[in-house]
Amino acid sequence: MPVEWEQLIDLGSREGAGPGPPEPEHGAEPGDRPGRLRRLRERLSKSREALRAELSASLFDHLDDETWERLEEALILADVGATATAEIVTRLEQEVEAGRVQGPEATRGRLVELLAERAAAEPPRLELSAKPTVIMVVGVNGTGKTTTIGKLAAVLRERFGLGVIVAAADTYRAAAIEQLEAWADRAGVEIVRGNPGGDPGAVVFDAIAAAEARGADVVIADTAGRLHTHGNLMEELTKVRRVTAKRLEGAPHETLIVIDSTTGQNGLRQARAFADSVELSGVVLTKLDGTAKGGIALAIAGELELPVKLIGVGEELEDLRPFDAEEFAGALVGE
Amino acid sequence: MREIRLALLEADVNFKVVKSFTAQVKERCLGSGVLDSLDPGQQVIKVVDSELGALMGGASRELALAPSGTTVILMAGLQGSGKTTACAKLAKHLGDQGKSVALAACDTQRPAAVEQLATMGKRSGATVFEQGTERDPVDIAEWATAQARSQGIDVLIVDTAGRLHVDEELMDQLAAIRKRTKPHDILLVLDAMTGQDAVNVAETFAERIDFDGVLLTKLDGDARGGAALSVKAVTGKPILYASTGERIEQLERFHPERMASRILGMGDVLSLIEKAEEVSDADQAAELERKIRKQQFTLEDFLTQMKQVRKMGPLQNVLGMMPGMGGKAAKQLREVEMDDRELDRLEAIILSMTPAERADPTMIDGSRRKRIARGSGTTVQAVNNLVKQFAQMRKMMSQLAKGKMPDPAQLMRQMR
Repeated sequence: MPVEWEQLIDLGSREGAGPGPPEPEHGAEPGDRPGRLRRLRERLSKSREALRAELSASLFDHLDDETWERLEEALILADVGATATAEIVTRLEQEVEAGRVQGPEATRGRLVELLAERAAAEPPRLELSAKPTVIMVVGVNGTGKTTTIGKLAAVLRERFGLGVIVAAADTYRAAAIEQLEAWADRAGVEIVRGNPGGDPGAVVFDAIAAAEARGADVVIADTAGRLHTHGNLMEELTKVRRVTAKRLEGAPHETLIVIDSTTGQNGLRQARAFADSVELSGVVLTKLDGTAKGGIALAIAGELELPVKLIGVGEELEDLRPFDAEEFAGALVGE
Repeated sequence: MREIRLALLEADVNFKVVKSFTAQVKERCLGSGVLDSLDPGQQVIKVVDSELGALMGGASRELALAPSGTTVILMAGLQGSGKTTACAKLAKHLGDQGKSVALAACDTQRPAAVEQLATMGKRSGATVFEQGTERDPVDIAEWATAQARSQGIDVLIVDTAGRLHVDEELMDQLAAIRKRTKPHDILLVLDAMTGQDAVNVAETFAERIDFDGVLLTKLDGDARGGAALSVKAVTGKPILYASTGERIEQLERFHPERMASRILGMGDVLSLIEKAEEVSDADQAAELERKIRKQQFTLEDFLTQMKQVRKMGPLQNVLGMMPGMGGKAAKQLREVEMDDRELDRLEAIILSMTPAERADPTMIDGSRRKRIARGSGTTVQAVNNLVKQFAQMRKMMSQLAKGKMPDPAQLMRQMR
């Protein structure tokens, strides 16, 4: 059972949250949802196919040194990282040797379980009970922050009937504001923008004020992509967060880091540096529709206790979905 | 060998490349009897270094521009690898060499990509050919090529939409752009932070559009860039340029030999430990620690210590290998700017002292100072500084030593 949006989004006891779970537009077209799900599955399967070549179904039929080596290879190729891979494979090997896990089916099942445990200790939640809730989106350049915001805004508006304002606080990159504007248009939500080169903190400040004035439920703040090694840019981000917290108590309620699933072991350093600067609450794993498996999310979830909350699987508005640890773990080993 | 394998994997070098690479290193080590030599560790590192250098491939080179007429350069890559920014940077780079450069905006996919290229193009001083997002990018590319030719522009750089290598439709489109514009050079734009998947990406792009070289982006981060090695090993295509910062002029020619040491060296605690084991013998270290505790650490000891550290290689490299030396620490380090010439001066000063002076620097009076300064070719003030700082350092060290051996890097910094 894939995780549904309703399981992810925590609206608390918020009132006036609009029409609620059943989205009116899609309710009118019953054929739409299954079709959409199938498309998602097709897209996800692309990333699985590559691995399936490495990990055949019969891998666990005969357990010998080669089995463990092949498994190690598959996990490393999925960017799980050498350390985490060694830990997982050793643990599985020990359990099999101790006789606690028997037979190919059970071995594969246990492997998926071990991976899923690492990816998420419990089902992820997106905390949106405050009104307005502020979601800050951060990450290095080119991971898909603006695209993710566009898609998230669309889901919150269409599916949950929430009033959403996006804040174009990436005042640095050329045409970043225009890009977010185009997404806001598509998602049918409002945008608060500053001037190119302006103060990003001020944009978020204004967006919160606008949300309060218009009774909007959620503010999603886009920030400029920055490499985590640029100290001054990271300080700027800390300042944006500080301004946000000062303007509205408890804000930002969610701070999500967007990680490109093609990223290798550097992803962990990115997450660590951003966590130090702005206290992250979760991860969005994007571009999972390619052949990259995003195994670095396991390391991030494991070492920093940062749950993956959302995944991106394409360029369309509906190509954002709640993270499902078991499905993700299964995909890692080609199920 | 296990350590090398791990270091390469942590650097995101592709698993298969690592496998064949370590096999090759092993073979060479066995063949040349390295493992029986007096210092096997160091020898292995040498072999690894030279093999890695060979794999990264020769000297740096530039793009081949057409001898006459307009050179067309096609840029391709995944979403978010930094194509548009790279286009503008390359335009600036070539413009600075006196070429007239134009950019063609063929990313009609991503919202506002055309505006981004237009803005950045203006900043780079290049002409921008764009026709909005309604037309087919293949047609725009062809039109822009014709425009550039008729205007007698030296170089036309064609920006394209980011695409996943598994997206057949967009890969077909890219192949069509290539067919129509007949580019002289095709560059794959690759994010230095890419993981194991870099190989799949590069292989597919090589197959579909046969790119000539790679432009590596985001090298100003702390990624070790193993992906560059994988791509080179798998496709044989050279890395031509590296993008190293947020500013438009931060694009450089790529230096393969520097990359090899980055992949293996930077932040690599393992090799630091290995090197330290080679150069410092355990008894010596124990003796040193005892002396520090008792505040008996002399300038003589400092000299020995300094020589040992220097045996590990240039100071910047050694410090780069220290954990926690990335980010903020690296910045501070640059401010400190410890260079080897300064160490040379310190060494000269200490060498000009008598053994008694080295053991007890407090005995160094005015006339001794003058003599030492003359002997070392420095000034009295430099000698003064050294003596003063040494006293401070000794104090600091005895405090530090309550816990553990002092960090030689910190020692050095204090010594300045």
